[in-house]
Amino acid sequence: MFSKDNWSEIIEALTSNWFRTVLTAFGVLWGIFILVILLAAGKGLENGVKQGFGGMATNSMFMWAQTPSKPYKGLPKGRRYNFKTGDVEAIKQNVPNLRFVSPRNQLGGFGGANNVVRGLKTGAFNVYGDYPEVIQQEPMDITSGRFINYSDIEDNRKVAIIGEGVIKDMYDPGEDIIGSYIKINGVNFMVIGSYKKKGNNGNPEENQKQIFVPFTAFSQAFNMADNVGWMAITAEDGSSITSLKTQVFDVIKSRHSLHPEDDRAIGNFDLYEEFSKINGLFVALKAVAYFVGILVLLSGIIGISNIMLIVVKERTNEIGVRRALGATPWNIRGQILMESIFLTIISGMAGIVLATGVIALVNMQLEGVDTSTMMFANPSVDLGVVFVALSILIISGLLAGLIPAQNAIKIQPVDALRTE
Amino acid sequence: MIEIKDLHKSYKMGSNSLHVLKGINFNVQEGELVSIMGSSGSGKSTLLNILGMLDEADSGSYTLDGLPIKNLNEKIAARYRNKFLGFIFQSFNLISYKSALDNVALPLYYQGVKSKERLDVAMSYLEKVGLADWAGHLPNELSGGQKQRVAIARALASNPKVLLADEPTGALDTKTSYEVMDLIQGINDEGRTILIVTHEHDIAEMTRRIVNLKDGVIIDDSKVNQVRALSNV
Repeated sequence: MFSKDNWSEIIEALTSNWFRTVLTAFGVLWGIFILVILLAAGKGLENGVKQGFGGMATNSMFMWAQTPSKPYKGLPKGRRYNFKTGDVEAIKQNVPNLRFVSPRNQLGGFGGANNVVRGLKTGAFNVYGDYPEVIQQEPMDITSGRFINYSDIEDNRKVAIIGEGVIKDMYDPGEDIIGSYIKINGVNFMVIGSYKKKGNNGNPEENQKQIFVPFTAFSQAFNMADNVGWMAITAEDGSSITSLKTQVFDVIKSRHSLHPEDDRAIGNFDLYEEFSKINGLFVALKAVAYFVGILVLLSGIIGISNIMLIVVKERTNEIGVRRALGATPWNIRGQILMESIFLTIISGMAGIVLATGVIALVNMQLEGVDTSTMMFANPSVDLGVVFVALSILIISGLLAGLIPAQNAIKIQPVDALRTE
Repeated sequence: MIEIKDLHKSYKMGSNSLHVLKGINFNVQEGELVSIMGSSGSGKSTLLNILGMLDEADSGSYTLDGLPIKNLNEKIAARYRNKFLGFIFQSFNLISYKSALDNVALPLYYQGVKSKERLDVAMSYLEKVGLADWAGHLPNELSGGQKQRVAIARALASNPKVLLADEPTGALDTKTSYEVMDLIQGINDEGRTILIVTHEHDIAEMTRRIVNLKDGVIIDDSKVNQVRALSNV
């Protein structure tokens, strides 16, 4: 069925009326073009929004202590309690499939009083006491020096990693920051690195104005004892934090004598849940793209089917002659089907090529531009989409040819030869 | 070669049926050149269609070279047509977008002959009808006589047992008609069985036997002295 002779038959038949073939092909070309462009645009939007998460470990949640709302074991409601460093170990041991459990402490903040001094300069910055894992949960580019490591944690080193925004406020341009000292709430810390954060969630400018110091040094320097302000917990890939978090809460509740049903005692923000919502949006967007694309494609397919019907009508005589010369019904049906599939695939491929060309152009335009605030980045289609489009084309080519082919074999040779 | 016994055929035309063939008995030996004559409506085309397996009789038997032709499905009918029969039509029925050579090669294509061999065979038949130089031309670049000769080459290409010609000269002027008849006579001289449906007496005179049909029955079947077409050109 796929011999060279067959192909030359098909090509001969299709090229016998160039103009009509091209016009017909255009319908399918347009349909597949729209489909691919829509999918690519959706992907671009998705990339843009996800870029906004800045590569944050999205399978994460943050939790902090609130006041219990129920009395339990003789303890009143409305009391205050704190997470302790021991909670971290307990969570790691009791809850499986957790990747990181990072205790964090925080000092100062946006709009707060000046808490950092260097020479004559002062500034108000967020100061975090952190473990080295945080950089994987809240990714940042280390622009110079290094981030906190476990030696810093074990030796309670008073070292700090400062943001680009801090450098701008506290240093003269061109000044060497590594090895210099900054005074945080009266305690000197040596600067060992600087960072720049990705993403545009929260306040992009404020994100660059943070200082990270080792958790242990922070606790010691600022009298936190074994208190933990909040925790950032990330689950392993493959298990969602949303399903694991009740187990985490149970550990905390039992360690702090909280009522087992007191959900208000622990505050949390589930990034994964938020992320899933956005993901759902993109799934819907993709469905819309497929729906619209396939409908447009459908009108192209109907065009092909229509033309094939006319072709069969026009070639009634030819089909009759072929039958008289010994063509079996399958020869005829096969030829009409192959013509239709061939036409569909060729025009579909042209549509895909055209669409990828347009996407490449858009990408070229976007290349020099900083897309981080545009909510649109790198529109693209993956190979899978192309394969899906191709199989849609083959199936629709087959469908388009089916009725005309059936019409063609209904032609009796006698009737065909009598049309003169 | 061809044996027909008590062949009946009628067509349904709305509520009334038209009895076209009313019991035809008819034999053709190998190597005969037979013309079937009759006025329009006499059933000669219907008879040819049945002989050509393009149509099926209501009753009666048809044996072609010892093979009973009965209740064929489309696929087998197509194979028989391809192997045993060559068709020549009044309106040539060449495929307009194929060159003369490709037209001649078409029956071989349906036999599944390889491309190169197919074109070689087709070329040899084009040479036989004297059109080798026109092999690459499309049908609309050929004259009527040339078209019919291409059609004859096509009918011969699959080396059939019987050639069936339906008014082969109907669309041609007298001179070209005779040229075509000369070709047909030449092919017959080589021993091929040929049936020609015609209503022109001069064409019928050029065959070896004339069968006269009227209102669905054979009224006359006689051998004639063949008039060589060449002498009339």
